[in-house]
Amino acid sequence: MELFESGWGLTLIVFLPLVGALVNMAIPKTNETAIKQWSLFVAVVTFVLSLVLVFTFDYANADRFQFEVNESWISAIGANFHLGVDGISLPLLVLSTFVMVLAIIYSWDHWEEPHNPRAFLSLMLILATGMNGTFVALDLVLFFIFFEVVLLPMYFMIGIWGDKSMRKIPGFAKEVETRLYASIKFFLFTLFGSAFMLLGFLALYFRSGDFGPRTFDIPELIQLGTSGAFSGTFAFLVFGAMFLGFAVKVPMWPLHTWLPDAHTAAPTVGSVLLAAILLKLGSYAFIRISIPILPQEAESWAPAIAVLSVIGIIYGSLACLAQTDMKRLIAFSSVGHMGFVMLGISTLTDVGINAAIIGMVAHGLITGMLFFVAGSMSHRYHTRDMARLGGNQKLMPVMGAILAFTAFASLGLPGLAGFWGEFMSLLGAYNPLESLRGEFLGLFRTAMVLGAIGTVLTAGYMLWMLQKVNLGEPGEEWIGHDFHDADRFELTAWVPMIILIVVIGFYPQVVFGATTDAVVSLVDTAFGEGAATTAAVVDVLGS
Amino acid sequence: MIVSQFLVIAAALFSLGVYGLLVRRNAVMILLAVELMLNAVNINLIAFESVIRSSQAVGQVFSIFVITVAAAEVGIGLAIVLLIFRNRRSANVDDFNLMKF
Amino acid sequence: MASRLILAAEAGAPDLVSGGFFAEWAGIMLVGPFVAFLLIVFFGKRLRHLGAEFAIGAMALNLVWASVLFVQNMSHGIFREVNVQIASIGVFDGRDLVFELGWVVDGLSIMMYFVVAFVGLLVFIYAVGYMKGDVRVTWFFASLSLFAGSMLILVGSPNLIQLIIGWEGVGLASYLLIGHYWEQKENSSAAMKAFYTNKVADVGLILGAILLGLAIGDFSFAAINEAAANHSEPLEAVAFAGGLLLFFGAMGKSAQFPLHIWLPDAMAGPTPVSALMHAATMVTAGIYLMARTFPVYQNLVGGEAAREWMVPIGVITLFAMGLLALVADDIKKVLAYSTVSQLGYMMTAVAAGGYTAGLFHLFTHAFFKALLFLGAGSVIHAVHSNNMSDMGGLRREMPRTFWTFVIGSLSLAGIIPLAGFFSKDEILATLDYEGYTAFMWVAIAGAFVTAFYMTRAVALTFFGTYKGHGHPHESPALMTVPLVLLAIPSVIAGFLNIPGVSSGNFGNFTTWVGARVVPMGDHHPEALDWTLAAYGLAAGGLGIAIGWLMFGRDAESQAQRDRFEVPVLYPLLRQKYYMDHLALGIVGFTKGPSARAVDWINTYIIDGIVNGVGGGVRLVGRFVYGTLDQRGIDMIFNGVSAGADTAGVALRKLQTGRVQQYAMGFVVGALVLVLAIAVFN
Repeated sequence: MELFESGWGLTLIVFLPLVGALVNMAIPKTNETAIKQWSLFVAVVTFVLSLVLVFTFDYANADRFQFEVNESWISAIGANFHLGVDGISLPLLVLSTFVMVLAIIYSWDHWEEPHNPRAFLSLMLILATGMNGTFVALDLVLFFIFFEVVLLPMYFMIGIWGDKSMRKIPGFAKEVETRLYASIKFFLFTLFGSAFMLLGFLALYFRSGDFGPRTFDIPELIQLGTSGAFSGTFAFLVFGAMFLGFAVKVPMWPLHTWLPDAHTAAPTVGSVLLAAILLKLGSYAFIRISIPILPQEAESWAPAIAVLSVIGIIYGSLACLAQTDMKRLIAFSSVGHMGFVMLGISTLTDVGINAAIIGMVAHGLITGMLFFVAGSMSHRYHTRDMARLGGNQKLMPVMGAILAFTAFASLGLPGLAGFWGEFMSLLGAYNPLESLRGEFLGLFRTAMVLGAIGTVLTAGYMLWMLQKVNLGEPGEEWIGHDFHDADRFELTAWVPMIILIVVIGFYPQVVFGATTDAVVSLVDTAFGEGAATTAAVVDVLGS
Repeated sequence: MIVSQFLVIAAALFSLGVYGLLVRRNAVMILLAVELMLNAVNINLIAFESVIRSSQAVGQVFSIFVITVAAAEVGIGLAIVLLIFRNRRSANVDDFNLMKF
Repeated sequence: MASRLILAAEAGAPDLVSGGFFAEWAGIMLVGPFVAFLLIVFFGKRLRHLGAEFAIGAMALNLVWASVLFVQNMSHGIFREVNVQIASIGVFDGRDLVFELGWVVDGLSIMMYFVVAFVGLLVFIYAVGYMKGDVRVTWFFASLSLFAGSMLILVGSPNLIQLIIGWEGVGLASYLLIGHYWEQKENSSAAMKAFYTNKVADVGLILGAILLGLAIGDFSFAAINEAAANHSEPLEAVAFAGGLLLFFGAMGKSAQFPLHIWLPDAMAGPTPVSALMHAATMVTAGIYLMARTFPVYQNLVGGEAAREWMVPIGVITLFAMGLLALVADDIKKVLAYSTVSQLGYMMTAVAAGGYTAGLFHLFTHAFFKALLFLGAGSVIHAVHSNNMSDMGGLRREMPRTFWTFVIGSLSLAGIIPLAGFFSKDEILATLDYEGYTAFMWVAIAGAFVTAFYMTRAVALTFFGTYKGHGHPHESPALMTVPLVLLAIPSVIAGFLNIPGVSSGNFGNFTTWVGARVVPMGDHHPEALDWTLAAYGLAAGGLGIAIGWLMFGRDAESQAQRDRFEVPVLYPLLRQKYYMDHLALGIVGFTKGPSARAVDWINTYIIDGIVNGVGGGVRLVGRFVYGTLDQRGIDMIFNGVSAGADTAGVALRKLQTGRVQQYAMGFVVGALVLVLAIAVFN
């Protein structure tokens, strides 16, 4: 335990998957069972380690970084190997290790062509290192590296195991393979954002030299930032640069167009990880980096973020209504749901940021589940075209019930995890941060109303999808086919998620227990003592 | 000490090298021309060092570096030329444009 | 009618006790059905009645529990609240802003527990008979249990958050049960429509909850109501908007005009579902919400202003929707429109300030409307059709169903001394006292319409000769016993709240539901006002009489009976006085143009708007996706990459692959640089 707390715990959680991936390479390619068992073992150990983290975490001091390790790394530029976890990152870290275990269980006998479990599992483990690392990195260089490490495995997963159909892309002369188009688009988009993000990081690094030794250290930069070190046009541009990097990943409207393609083309497990974890890296970065380091800029950017989020909510839902491809519909629903997350963040209040975190966790579980089910279904039907599907409830009762459950969770049914994120981000938008209440109160409250209307649209497309896919009589072409219902690997992977969705739905304190103190202290340090109060605004809507 | 003589000689050598690089068609001769250019640089380095006399003998050190790199370069270059010759029965650079897209 | 005595609202906090064991552990009632749900899903198929046992067991326990509480509350008002914090989400004025789950036991919730458990248990038992041989009995009872649990979560909620959970939970159960036969598209569409309409209304509920909750930093009803009773400044600021938003939420669940459209379609579900959810309990959730937050509407200026908007909506609902029941052939649709109309009565009463009046009507209506639906179900079970054109003369074959149905109809029509008479009378008295005289007359006219359409339904179903196929038989005891058990309260429930009559220690309905943490401050009559009662009775009697005259007679076909222009009727009425003539005109207008106009408006305008909005939204969606997204935003990004592609094609010509050409480029470039330096230095 001593060792664990002195920093080895986090280091292990981050790098164990990478080591696992390397060991995988040493196992003969033909011995698939050994590869699968080993990968699962590594993922389970990582998950158990993160559980140890959960149970030894000091919740009374959730606002402080714990299990910290801070070693000199590249001394020439002052980059440190600085890891640590606080109440904000803890739930996301656990989500990441948890989903990884389930993804490996699910993929046990669900392999897309060209098969090759060794390569696939190794990529997944490398991905795990990147994701876990991003959530615990407390140094901008380290953060950047982990943030980028995530790209490569996902690029290969989409590009190699993805959808092999040909697609006509407007603007291009020839038809292109969906997987190639999607993977390259995903890679370039994210890289485009990352370039700006890196610029922002470097700018912070050099500017921090004005106030002492230059540093990439996030806690130190937060201290500088809250004491007002970064201001003016400089800070505005830096925030903008980082915004680009993070917003692409979230993705925020209008930088979202990589997402439907990537999700649709990716193999099932790829979509799941993409939705469950990768999208959270961006919104997490907003909370971890942008807001506390550049609080004043966060205030001036907040209305714009709110507007973009609300556009994302409405726009994503409307786009969903036009889809014929089930996976694409779910992908677009992510745009809407992440809109709620960003709306919560844009309010800069404790309630709003809390909403964002629980929204992230819930979206990770629920949309992850949706992609699991959609993947399993397209595995069986060999189509994702909703016009051809129908009567799934009759052909596969268990799968249909799980799809219905997840769809209801996704439309934000109270009592399931998805509700809290939506409800609380509206709650936050009603009373944004004090300094935003002046000229922007109307804007945020309009955002609240539009967000609430967005929930109606969400319900609309989810019910519509259910009706098309699940209800009614099965189509002619499926009669006589023998569909096997959810198998044991699928159920093993899904049941824990379902249970968690219900548990968080009825007892969200499992998330807030870790986050609330950390969020309150984040808001207090960023915007001054006592800023984290949703005090009453004595005026009516609009007046 | 007057440097200019050395510089003139180096410039002459370098120009010869450039000339050789551009007009020769035989790959071996092109490599030789590159060597000429590198050695012109070496002369420059040593000449300047003799004027500046830095404490760490930077000029000499760098010229040794250049010599090493040149040796390595010739080694790899000749190997490539040899392979191409074996495959194409020719060492004439006009005959191959492998690097065209 | 100014002579009527009306008691002033009682002042001071009511004297309440904590209620002991049963109140302390009332949460067991809330959890029981969920446990039953899980048991049914996992083990139901192995049992003889396919899981109905669990559902009935849980409901029976609930009924016992609720009855004990009900009796306890009679002798001394109970208030007990148990809360478990489920989330602390931030800071509000130095305090933690928290979400809680728990249960509240007070006069209002006890009444609702009792209604849900009583009607629920009888409907469950009935459903065992009704659903015998159905394709999905197990799932049916699982969903019913899910509904019962959600409904209890809703009515037992001590705060707005839990209420929202229960609220959408019953919506989900409603979706599942309306779409029970989801193989047919119209059923799944009806289910969608119900869920969706409610989801639209929920926007109001959620925003209203945010407004009220964030005004005082507490979502609990006790805190909100106390703040309202103390005229809290921040609450006053949002009372109008918050009150109307909550009301908008209630309009969806309680099917108020114009959000009533889902309820008639909801009849696609099996009849027990209609009886329990779409008549007795779920649809009253909106009324319950208004009653739960009544102090906000009663004590705050903004709340009172909001009520001014609520009353007309209730009145329109009660009258216009009643008319629609006149033209429906589907017996369940008749009852559905009737339910909407009665919900309008309740809403009108609560909105006008009659807390007790509205709740009392909710209470009695639950019994007789559940009875009517179950009776209709019994008939449908026998004739295998929902349409009255396939019925007729069933009173001989189905005597128990007939008599209980008649009792329910008379009660609904407000005939003394059945339950409906007293509850409707109290609503009229409230409207009169609060000064809504014009609306009171509309309500009386509504009573006429109610009696009229119920008479039509009874006549077409049970009188005349049988026009359907096969030989209908009385339903099994499993179905008729619940009918009888529901008929009893349909007759006697009214005596629980005869104005001025209070049975010593036990008080009456008014004091029972008045056991709230703050006094509700509504007004109730001290004695029965016979003038008003006479108007109500006359309207009801007239409705029955005219209805009987028009539909009582048998004819060749039901369609001939079910027509206003029955040739025999005309001369008969012509011999009567002017009044009859007028009545006939009214009836003709009511049944003919006006009902049809309302029906037309309903079908083509309101439904049209809804369908149009639905379709429109799809179109907008297609536009956003096809034009804006794929050809707009995505085109920009694709354009950039396609541009890079084209540029590459052009530029690659420069790449000859001849090393010496490249070298030439270097040299020329270097020379240019050298020259440039030479020139510019």
